Order: sequence, then C-alpha cells, then structure tokens
Amino acid sequence: MNISFWLNGVCIRGEAEPDTLLLDFLREKGCYSVKRGCETANCGLCTVLMDGKPVLSCSVLAVRAEGRRIITLEGMQKEAEEFGSFLADEGAEQCGFCNPGFIMNVFAMLNEMDEPTEEQIREYLAGNLCRCSGFVGQTRSILKFLQYKKAQKEAGQV
Amino acid sequence: MKYVNQPIRKSDAMALVTGKPVYTDDLAPKDCLIVKILRSPHANAWIEDIKTGTAASVGGVACVFTYKDVPQKRFTLAGQTYPELSPYDRLILDRHLRFVGDAVAIVAGETEAAVDKALKRIKVKYRVEEPVLDIHKAKDNEILVHPEDNWIANVPVGADNHRNLCASHSEEHGDVEKLLSECKYTVDHVYHTKANQQAMMETFRSYCFKDHFGRLNVVSSTQIPFHVRRILGNALDIPSSRIRVIKPRIGGGFGAKQTAVSDVYPAFVTWKTGRPSKLVYSRYESQICSSPRHEMEIRVRAGADENGIVRVLDMYSLSNTGAYGEHGPTTVGLSGHKSIPLYRHLEAYRFTYDVVYTNVQAAGAYRGYGATQGIFAVESAVDELAAKMGMDPVKIRELNLPLEGGPLPGYPDSPYATSCAIDQCMARAKEMMNWDAKYPCRDMGNGKVRGVGASLAMQGSSIAGVDVGGADLKLNEDGSYTLGLGCTDMGTGCDTIMAQIAADCLETQMDNIVVFGVDTDISPYDSGSYASATTYTTGMAVVQACEALRQKICALGAKMLDTEPEKVDFDGTYVSSEDRRVSLKEIAIKGTCGNNQELQVTRTHSSPISPPPFMVGMAEVEIDKETGSVKVIDYVAVVDCGTPINPNLARVQTEGGIVQGIGMALSEDIQYSDKGAIRNNSFMQYKIPTRMDIGDIRVDFRCSYEQSGPFGAKSVGELVIDTPCPAIANAVYNAVGVRVRKLPITPEKIAMGILEKEAGEVPERN
Amino acid sequence: MLKIKNYVKVKSVAEAYELNQKRTACVLGGMVWLKMGNRNVSTAIDLSGLGLDAIKETEEEFVIGCMTTLRDLEMHPALDAFSHGAIRESLRHIVGVQFRNCATVGGSIYGRYGFSDVLTMFLAMDTWVELYQGGRISLAEFAVMKKDNDILEHIIVKKTPVFCAYLSQRNTETDFPVLTCAASLVGEEARTVIGARPGRAVIVEDANGILQGFKEMTNKQRAAAIQSFAEYASQNVPVGGNMRASAQYRALLVKILTRRAWEAVGGMKNEY
Repeated sequence: MNISFWLNGVCIRGEAEPDTLLLDFLREKGCYSVKRGCETANCGLCTVLMDGKPVLSCSVLAVRAEGRRIITLEGMQKEAEEFGSFLADEGAEQCGFCNPGFIMNVFAMLNEMDEPTEEQIREYLAGNLCRCSGFVGQTRSILKFLQYKKAQKEAGQV
Repeated sequence: MKYVNQPIRKSDAMALVTGKPVYTDDLAPKDCLIVKILRSPHANAWIEDIKTGTAASVGGVACVFTYKDVPQKRFTLAGQTYPELSPYDRLILDRHLRFVGDAVAIVAGETEAAVDKALKRIKVKYRVEEPVLDIHKAKDNEILVHPEDNWIANVPVGADNHRNLCASHSEEHGDVEKLLSECKYTVDHVYHTKANQQAMMETFRSYCFKDHFGRLNVVSSTQIPFHVRRILGNALDIPSSRIRVIKPRIGGGFGAKQTAVSDVYPAFVTWKTGRPSKLVYSRYESQICSSPRHEMEIRVRAGADENGIVRVLDMYSLSNTGAYGEHGPTTVGLSGHKSIPLYRHLEAYRFTYDVVYTNVQAAGAYRGYGATQGIFAVESAVDELAAKMGMDPVKIRELNLPLEGGPLPGYPDSPYATSCAIDQCMARAKEMMNWDAKYPCRDMGNGKVRGVGASLAMQGSSIAGVDVGGADLKLNEDGSYTLGLGCTDMGTGCDTIMAQIAADCLETQMDNIVVFGVDTDISPYDSGSYASATTYTTGMAVVQACEALRQKICALGAKMLDTEPEKVDFDGTYVSSEDRRVSLKEIAIKGTCGNNQELQVTRTHSSPISPPPFMVGMAEVEIDKETGSVKVIDYVAVVDCGTPINPNLARVQTEGGIVQGIGMALSEDIQYSDKGAIRNNSFMQYKIPTRMDIGDIRVDFRCSYEQSGPFGAKSVGELVIDTPCPAIANAVYNAVGVRVRKLPITPEKIAMGILEKEAGEVPERN
Repeated sequence: MLKIKNYVKVKSVAEAYELNQKRTACVLGGMVWLKMGNRNVSTAIDLSGLGLDAIKETEEEFVIGCMTTLRDLEMHPALDAFSHGAIRESLRHIVGVQFRNCATVGGSIYGRYGFSDVLTMFLAMDTWVELYQGGRISLAEFAVMKKDNDILEHIIVKKTPVFCAYLSQRNTETDFPVLTCAASLVGEEARTVIGARPGRAVIVEDANGILQGFKEMTNKQRAAAIQSFAEYASQNVPVGGNMRASAQYRALLVKILTRRAWEAVGGMKNEY
C-alpha cells in the first residue's frame, strides 16, 4: 500500500505491507534511533511521537500513520543534545540502547507537564525500561535539566 | 592527576543520546540474508527425519541447513581463555535436541517473510524422550543429557557426561564436623536462586560477510571478540586466521554476551553461501535459548561461638547448567570462593559442589557469576545465625568481616586482603541507613511495617593468572595518540576509562587520545570484558604502555637534542634537557621522517592475584502485613572498589547493579511447564524492575588503595549485584519474621508466611 | 507473528460490520494485544476514521467511543471527577503512557480479558455497550457473552451517582494484576467486582444482602457488614492459580481487597 505522512517535518511517501509495523518502516527510512527491545509492548525503546503523543511504534501499523505527524529522535537532534548532555553528565546513558525511546518520552512528558515531581516522572516514564542505569541517574538528569530550564526561563524574564 | 578519579563524561555519550546508528543492526548491510532458527518444541528428543525440500524451494530462500550439514567436532560457546574449563558439548546443529528451544535447523533468505514461510515448511519427525528436569535427580540419572562419545572436557573439573555431571569438586580446610559440634550456635538451611535473565536491552545479534580475501568477517554484539574468533574457528572447523571479529557499540551485556550465543548461525550461513547475513534474536529467543544465570541450590551449615565469632562454614552448591555446560564449572566456584572469605575468623570450612546437566535452557555468565548465588545463601544463613544468638546482624558482621592485611579464608586468588575498607563501608552504611534506630523494624501504624536488612559482598578483580589485558599505544604525526584496545566497552564506559588513565600517564588532554576497538585483526589481544577484569587488568596494560611509550618519546627527543635519554624529562608537551627542549609535535613529526625508532608500543598485563572489591548493602523494605506487598523504599550501598577511575560511572554501575539485584530478589521468576518449556518468555511474563518499582538508592564510596591496580583501582561491575538478594531477604525477616529462602520473594510468599506464623507454624518459605 | 493480508480503513460502521462477518477478519483496536498473537488476518478493519475516539458528555451519560485510548480515558477530567479518581487508578498501572496511548477502550472491553483492569472498573459503574447490531446492552450482560462478529461502537457510562474505589494487587507496579477489585455504590446498589481471578471479572452477587442499605448504615454497622461481606466474597468468588499467584493467595486477596475497597467507599479508610 502507498502511504504518506510527515516524518520529522518532511512529507514522505513509501510502500508498506498491511502488516508492516511503523517501527520497521521508520528504520527502513533511516530512522535508526528507533529500537526494538521486545515483542510485547513492554520496553518503550521504540517510542516515537504521533501527532505529539508518545506511542509504541512496535504497536502501530505503518498504514495507520497515514497523514499523521511522526517525530523520532532524528527530528529532535538539538533537543536531544541539550537534554542528553545532562544524562551524559550523570553517566546514566550507559549502553545507550534505551536512550532514544526514553528521551522521546521525556520530551512527551515535558510537553504535558512543566514541572513534574519525582513521582510523576517515575509514573510517566514507567513504560521505559533500562537495564543498565537503575533509573536513578536518569531521574537525576531530568531534575537537573528541569532546574536548568527553569533558571533559563527566569533569566529570560528578568 | 587531571582525569583519574574525575566524573568525566563518556567519550561516546553524545552519539548515544542523540540516537546515532552505532549498533550492530544499524550497521548491517541492507542486502544481508535474514537468518532464523527452527527451535525444538521438546526438552529431550531426537530427529528421526527432517524434510527441507519444500522449505528450500520458497522464493527468496538461500539455504536451509540441518544437523546433516554441519561439522561434527564439538565445541563450547563459553567465552573463556583456552583451554576452556567448559566442556566441548555442542554442535552447531545436533540430531539430539536437549531443551525446548534448542536449534533444529537454520534458514536464511532474502526477506523475513520468505524465511518465516520456509520455517513453517520444514517437516520434522521427532523421537521424544523423557527429559531430566529436576536438578536433584540429574546426577547419575539413567537419562543422559549428553550420551555422545565425542563429548570432551578439556580440563579435569570432575565432569562426567555419563553421570550428567558438568563439574564436581570438594575442598576442605580444618575439621568442619568437629567445629560444628563445638559451636554453641549453628544453622543448617538450603537456599535457592533461579535462572535469571540478564535482559540487556539489545538482544543477541551479529552480521557476517566475506571480505576480498575470502575471510569471514563477523560484526557482533559481544563481550569477547577474541574468544568468538576461536569459537567460530572450532564450530566451523576452519582456521581462526580465516575469521575477523569486530565489536561495535553494544546495547548491554551483563555477562550474557560472554557466551557466543547466536554468532555461529550467521557465520555458518555466510561461510557456506558466501553471502552477507545477519541474525537478530527476538526477545523471545533471548528469554528461552540464551545464557542466563545458573540456578543454584545451596546448603549452608554455619557455626558461631557465644561471642558471635563465626568459626565454621560448610557449603554444598548444586548448580544447574542446563543442556550445555557454558561457564558451568567456573560459576559454581565463585559461590563458595566469594562468600566464605567474608568471614575472617573461620577455623574450618568446606566447599563442595556438583554442576548437573538437565534438559532446560543452558546457563551462562551473569554479573556476579555464582558469587551472587553464594552470597545470598551465606549472608542469609549468617542472619539466621545472628537471630538464633539474639545478636544484631550488623554486629555479627562487624566482628567477622575482612580487614586490610587480614586473611581471606578459602580464597586462593588472594589469600589475604591486599586492600580492604569494608569496615569503613559498614560504618558508613550504618550511619546512612540510621541502622541503630531502624533495626529491626518499625510498625507504621497503617498496616505496614518497615524493616531493615544488611549484607556484605565481595567479588574479584579479573581471573588471577589467566585474564590478559592489552593496550596498543602509538604517537601520531600530529602529536595525538591512538590507544588500541581489545577490551569491550558495552556501555560501561571502559573506552573512556582507559583514555582517562592514558591521559594522566601521558600528561595530555583526553581529546588528544583516540581510542580504538575492537577488531581482532588490529586490536591487541585482550580476554574481553568479563570477570570484573577490564579496569583492573587492561587499565594496568594501559599504564605500562604509556610508560614504555614515554621512554621511546624521551629517546627520540634526546636524540634530537643530542643528549642521552637518561638526561631528559618529558612533561607531556616537551622533552627537555637543561635549557633546551623539543616539543611533542616535533618529536611526532620526526617519527615520520628518516626515523628508525617506532613510536608505538604494545603492552600486555595479567595479574597473579585477584584483589576483591568489597561492599556493604542495606535495604529498608516496607511490607503490607495483609497482602504481603513488599517494596524496597531505600537502599544504601557503600562500595570499596579501590580508586574509582570515574566516580560517575562507578556510581551508575552500582545503582544499576542494585536494581538488577532487586529484580532478582523480588520479581524475576523463571517458571517451567511440565514439559520443561520456560513460561517467562517475554518482558510481559519476566518482570524486570521498572522505575516505579524502586525507591531511593543511595551510593557512597569508602576506598582502599590497591597497589596492583591502575591508580589503586579494583573492580566494581559485578560486585554491585551481590547484596540486594540477601539484604532484602534479611529485611523481610526483620520486618515480619518470615524467612524466604527461595527467590524471588513474592508478596504471596510473605503473606502466606505471615499467616502460617500466626497459626503457629514454622514461618519459613522455601 | 501477526500477518495481515488486507487493511481497510472503513468509511462507516456498516462497512466494518459487513467486512467483519468473515471469520478471519478482525477489527483493529490499539494493536498492543493483537500483534502479539500468531494470527493470520484476512482483512484488518480500522475504525479510526469514524470519529469514535472521543468522549462525549451529556446530562445523563458519558458516551465513550470505542477507539478512545486508555490514556485519554485516564486524563479525562469529568470522568475522573465522576469516578472519584477510580478510573485513573484502574489505568495508571497498565504498562506505561505510550502503551496507554495505543490501547483502546473498545479493544479492552471487547476482548473481555481475564486480566482486565478496564473491565473490572467499568463493571463497577452503570455501564452499557452499544453494538452495531445488538444495540445497547448492559456491560454485565456483554461481559458474559461469547465473542461474535458485531461491532462495539460505544461504551456508555450513565451518570447514576457512584461512590467508587478501585484496588489492584500486583507483583510489580506495571505487571498484570494478581487480583482487581472495585467496590461501588451505584445509586442504591452496593456492587463489588472482582477481576483477574485470573478469569474474567465478575460482579459478586450479594445473595444474602449483607451490604444492602450500606448508605444508611452507621459506621459501626458498616464495619460489621464489610467484614462479613469480605468473608462471603472470599468464599464465593471462584479463583484459580496461574504464573502470578495461587488460588489460595487469591482467595485471601479477595477478602482483603474487598474489605479495603468498601472501607474506602464508606469513607472509613482510604489509605491503601
């Protein structure tokens, strides 16, 4: 089937089988940041934004992306560098394999909440597994990033 | 020192956080054949007949291989130094299928759809036999997992395939029975840990191609590139010189990738067809046919005198290696060798073990490597001993723990503690946890009770006298250095750590050092990253390479200054003699022009001892007294890893190891069907912790200085998974009086234990 | 692996119904469960172009389109207020936000899965389903029906006042539940729902009228009634064992969660 949708701000066209998963389609299109970590929708590695909301691209048919706006980490490189540097400064990126899905969901969370509490962070990101870091370094990096953003915002207002 | 002991950002961090294509499957050529494996539905069966004709004729299918097509020399997939202690008990494909998930056939094709179609068309007639599933009945069972004649044990480890024994051994010091009879307090219990999965986020995978010389190139997500080279040579029955192994970035390993779980299949396909191929394991395959932790059942008998001095320990470990023997003879050793030495006053100890073959998934290496199992048993038993004596479990440990310069009983790899700050770790942990106020428990008045528990742990730093670290260092024309490594960064950051060490040794900036690895054609030999060896062993090779290269730099500099090498100094930027100097850049350029002295060195290092890192872990759990729900609300860890070369990375290692340990303690269960199939075959059924499942994790360091390590460093990576199981089990006991000796500690076990206790029954859950 | 031969984004529910009469056809929900199966689907029917992904509120009821995601349900302020937070509590443990952004309420309810938090929760309210052919029937009736080829269009929650509490026991925070329990006063009726037994959620019939008149009871009477009903439920709700827990433990949980949920509804304790 012919499909077309907005991928990282660019309208793309492609061929997809009815059962092609968005995850595989995106990797085919060069979005290698999108990873597969399981087959049961449990790991969060394949998280992308669909019309602004975080979804599991392993559970979305490519044909269902028709006409939608899909964002992967390839489309948020500046933001990834900005937040990612906080993650890196904790050493919490570790093997890095879960990072893209995790970072996409962090962005989704910050779209919905300005200043999430630690508890809200844990709940929002519960669907992002990480086996290296034990999560606490990830949380530290988010809290420090929020402080930095807040300081930036306040400095802007002064 | 500028970089060592500093929280330096990992050199590859920004590539990882921005999602760059740096992993195996991101790099695989698009025209790779897709390789998949047909798997046995039976735990013990023989292929009577296998028909592949209609499968091979599916459009796009390149090949279908069965046991008839593969070499008949047995090998092991264990990533170990030759001669491996693991038996040679595998073929790439075998007529005899030994567990549910064992490989029946290999199919490769141009598309996944074609391969899937072909897999369905393979017709197999099995002769199904009764499997050996009970570890207690495996030894000397008439059903043999490996009845074959060409089974080989390269090293005498007490293995006997006609007894289902992968290894067996006993060692004793002093008169154990006599001491047990003398001790005022004794305990005798059996502890059971399961075949936990490492569950790294990137599953097993590799791709292969033949190069212009017809050599087999293998790009693999592996911890052991040099061993993979040998293993594939053995498996394919070709000279290893025909094989090149490359390791890109790896999405986690934790020991899983210390076994060449999946490399043989695409390697065989590419070798036979000449076409590039790749195999990416599904999570399902990673759960049912990989290399999990050895299930162990450990009986501990311990005795102490009336003052709380632990005088005697007797351990029997029954380890389940499953269908194949990877790491079977070695992991079991650590169950005793890394737990017994935690008690310095031991006058007698005995350590006996059997490692049995059964018809379940083969086990392998998982962070902790047997120490985790042994420490759970011993540290639980010591708490039971303390409970009998009415002694605070921290107190009994304070009386018995190892001291610097003191003995490490039963630890041949370092008979005394060359460096040890575990006493300081204990003091600090006690203070951080506020132990004295919290022990044993606090009723929160809302149906919940909080209890605390503690555990000691130690590991090793490399395999003494075996592991080899390599560093290849050269000065480039522009005055920068290239550091070639054979150790395998799997996210742990060793590429960065080695650069930190080199930068300080060479008195240069880190960005003046290019780290390269791993490519078995180019990198210096290195055993690989396992056995808590990398920082300690390869780190020393780096130190030595830097010293040697400095001498060469000085020699050439001296020559340029027309003086003797002994008369110059090198400060990282200039080689100087009195008032004259020549810059590193000038020396580097000189090295490329009319020069007969190479500015390149390779150094190899192996340590005769394996100095243990130590730690103390303390857990505070909250338990719902009715439902048995348990949560670790606070975990305190104080670690002595020697000098942490990179405190950030040492901390994250610790945090990550603790959370893995919490998973093992509380939720990661492995259950089998009656037929021996693993039911926890996905992340839906095998529950590793999420961030909602954990509370605070607080890490601190109390560092000794290890003379034999680089800048005083020891290891940290494995040690940190060892304390959660016993500390949590002990905390649960201290909270509600229920002793759980079989992991995981589920709410059901706790709730039922509480009810039994209230009913006056023995409050023990096995 | 799931194989799909044809994909049709239907223009009407009628078209969906027509296509769904073939046994090998399948209506797509959020795909999170469907894709795990080894199914060969001849025609995958996608309802996502029909505007069935919204929650409409009227004076009398909430009309929830079958394609509404669990996340939209969770974040709906009016439903949250109406259920006193119980709906949100029933959803927030389901894997993760991304999962709930995919999974649809229609898929959850239509599937009538044993482990379903959603089914447990909605059975505790005055809930109806709207089927293309079958029309409006109560969820309680639908829950025990065999799966057929009808199309579930809407889930309707009538605004019969409810006081409701939702509890679940899990081995880990985002695992399938070991047991779910919802207690609610629906109008005058005291209703208890137990799910993940591990079988499909059931409404516990209060055959002896233990909780009858719960609203009018004094706290002391309530405490006694709750205790006695919890015992009754524990003895009468059929439970079984599976990978996550034994039948014996589930029977214990029925008693504990039933008691706690009613204590929460009765305003006696809401700390659990």
